[in-house]
Amino acid sequence: MRTIYVDNNATTQVAPEVFEAMTPFLQDVYGNPSSMHFKGGEAQEAMADAREKVADAVGASPDEIVFTSCGTESDNTAILGTLESHPEKRHIISTRVEHPAVWTLCKHIEKKGYRVTMLSVDREGRLDLDELRATISDDTALVSIMYANNETGVIFPIEEIGQIVKSRAIPFHTDAVQAVGKIPLDMKKSTVDMLSFSGHKLHAPKGIGVLYIRKGTKFSPFLIGGHQERGRRGGTENIPYIVGLGKACELAARHLEEENNRVLSLRDKLEGGLLEKIPDTLVNGDREHRLPNTVSVSFEYVEGESILLMLSNLGICASSGSACTSGSLEPSHVLRAMGIPFTAAHGSVRFSLSIYNTEEDIDYILEQLPPIIERLREISPFWRDYIKASSKK
Amino acid sequence: MWDYTEKVKDHFMNPRNVGEIEHPDGFGEVGSLACGDALRLTFKLDEDRRIKDVKFKTFGCASAIASSSALTEMVKGKTLEEAEKITNRDIADYLGGLPEEKMHCSVMGREALTAAIASYRGEKVEKEEFEVICKCFGITDKEVERAVKENNLHTVEQVTHYTKAGGGCESCHPKIEAIIDKVWGEKEKKPVLVKPAKGEKLTNIQRMRLIEETLEREIKPALRQDGGDLELIDIEGSKVLVALRGTCSFCPSADFTLKQYVEAKLREFVADDLSVEVKE
Repeated sequence: MRTIYVDNNATTQVAPEVFEAMTPFLQDVYGNPSSMHFKGGEAQEAMADAREKVADAVGASPDEIVFTSCGTESDNTAILGTLESHPEKRHIISTRVEHPAVWTLCKHIEKKGYRVTMLSVDREGRLDLDELRATISDDTALVSIMYANNETGVIFPIEEIGQIVKSRAIPFHTDAVQAVGKIPLDMKKSTVDMLSFSGHKLHAPKGIGVLYIRKGTKFSPFLIGGHQERGRRGGTENIPYIVGLGKACELAARHLEEENNRVLSLRDKLEGGLLEKIPDTLVNGDREHRLPNTVSVSFEYVEGESILLMLSNLGICASSGSACTSGSLEPSHVLRAMGIPFTAAHGSVRFSLSIYNTEEDIDYILEQLPPIIERLREISPFWRDYIKASSKK
Repeated sequence: MWDYTEKVKDHFMNPRNVGEIEHPDGFGEVGSLACGDALRLTFKLDEDRRIKDVKFKTFGCASAIASSSALTEMVKGKTLEEAEKITNRDIADYLGGLPEEKMHCSVMGREALTAAIASYRGEKVEKEEFEVICKCFGITDKEVERAVKENNLHTVEQVTHYTKAGGGCESCHPKIEAIIDKVWGEKEKKPVLVKPAKGEKLTNIQRMRLIEETLEREIKPALRQDGGDLELIDIEGSKVLVALRGTCSFCPSADFTLKQYVEAKLREFVADDLSVEVKE
């Protein structure tokens, strides 16, 4: 069975070049970069090289890059480290559509006695910046707003937000896990103080993340231990994965144009084809400001998990914001925050492409998915009712 | 990815009896679009009042579709009295098991069947005195109580897996806990009275109370699992007189249960000389 992998916002396949770059560091080049001998030196050198590539990918300088174990660690480090550095301030601002790495942490912080403002979004998943202006105060320790949404791909106006935040001299963090490698970022021209991202979303392996910390940002480490990462993160550096991430960042920079042309047109073809072939289908999220690789669609009157399993039987890997896929009982908090009706939220499917997808992949999905939706709608008690009701009109 | 059995996958990919019977004898519908799953069940009876044809339509995940399909296969050819005895656990067992988080799909199947049978009999689905405790999913205290008893549930999380109650805003968790406590509270408390050691004697009052307690704690819950029940009518010396209720009242093996189970339990927990008889 052929595999059509269109779940790249969940994770990506490791690029062959990345794998190749990593292997020596899982074999012969095993030194600890802190060691004073030549084996340590080899590792040190490879790490410095990787740090430079990673910094280049987001327009940072290498000493602003801290390697972590994952995106979640980066987010936790940024948020908790900032709160610790500003103990007198008791308020943080985030959004209702954050990834759980930030969202659940905010809920946790709230229980500890902080005031947490979760900014709302409209039906298209857009923020109202006046709400930000109205809630930001001298008590605000941090604003943390994601760059692009993992479920809908909607991109927030980060620089506009940053200007509001920086005009009050408040630290600004963004979870850019979905943005890095998909859209151009330049920290030199940015208002962002801290930016999180993760290797496995850009064809590096799982287990490596990055926190960019702008020079001069007040910060306390989250993992306390050795002097690694200039005292900003204890723990022996994960050299093979750091090297892999360096390679992946180099490739991502090289592929950025392809991502925004070829991948984008594949996505648009998929979206257009689904809307054309399947009635009662909606696209979730602002189509104007969206990652080039992501589309979230809702097929009304059917349930997402059923769609995914039928797709999976045909070799197609996608994901859903339906309740049943997560083991929770309510559909995705992102779609609910947007006010997407339950009828549509339960039947949502997210396709997220990568440079490894081809025209044939999209054709195959467009051929296989319509009969699946039709079949599930035939089983659904609401579909006929809906057809009857709408034919009477 | 969910760990579904081959049977679940089969019933999902090749669901049996999909559709809707025109002018059905029984019609049951439970769930809603908002809840994320819904099941519409219709059946027709033959001359012997057995279920001749049964069809379903389901909106929901793979396990919801598989549970519905399994249910239709299970009830085919059964009388309503036989079909009524099917519990959600039977549906899950038929499928070789369901993930704990998906047990509510089997409960939905059982509820749709109850509703369809009630519609045939012209009864209103008994929603006598109930309180909606989970506002997110519209689950009543009665539904929670039934799931707790039938599936031996002891935590709020389990109740959520089986009924969905408590899976949304979580504000009803204290109420769910109270129901669990009510159902199991007495059972889990140390018995107030214990069978005396050989040679010691209970007073008549103590003895009656212990018989009553043993019936409530040890015997009735087991009978109720199969839809049966009994009632204590009188105690004459060492003779315990009971009346059979529910499915026990027409069960051909009721006598056997009475001697082998009820009497044995009473002897074990109260006194060795007790006997049980049915008071007509």
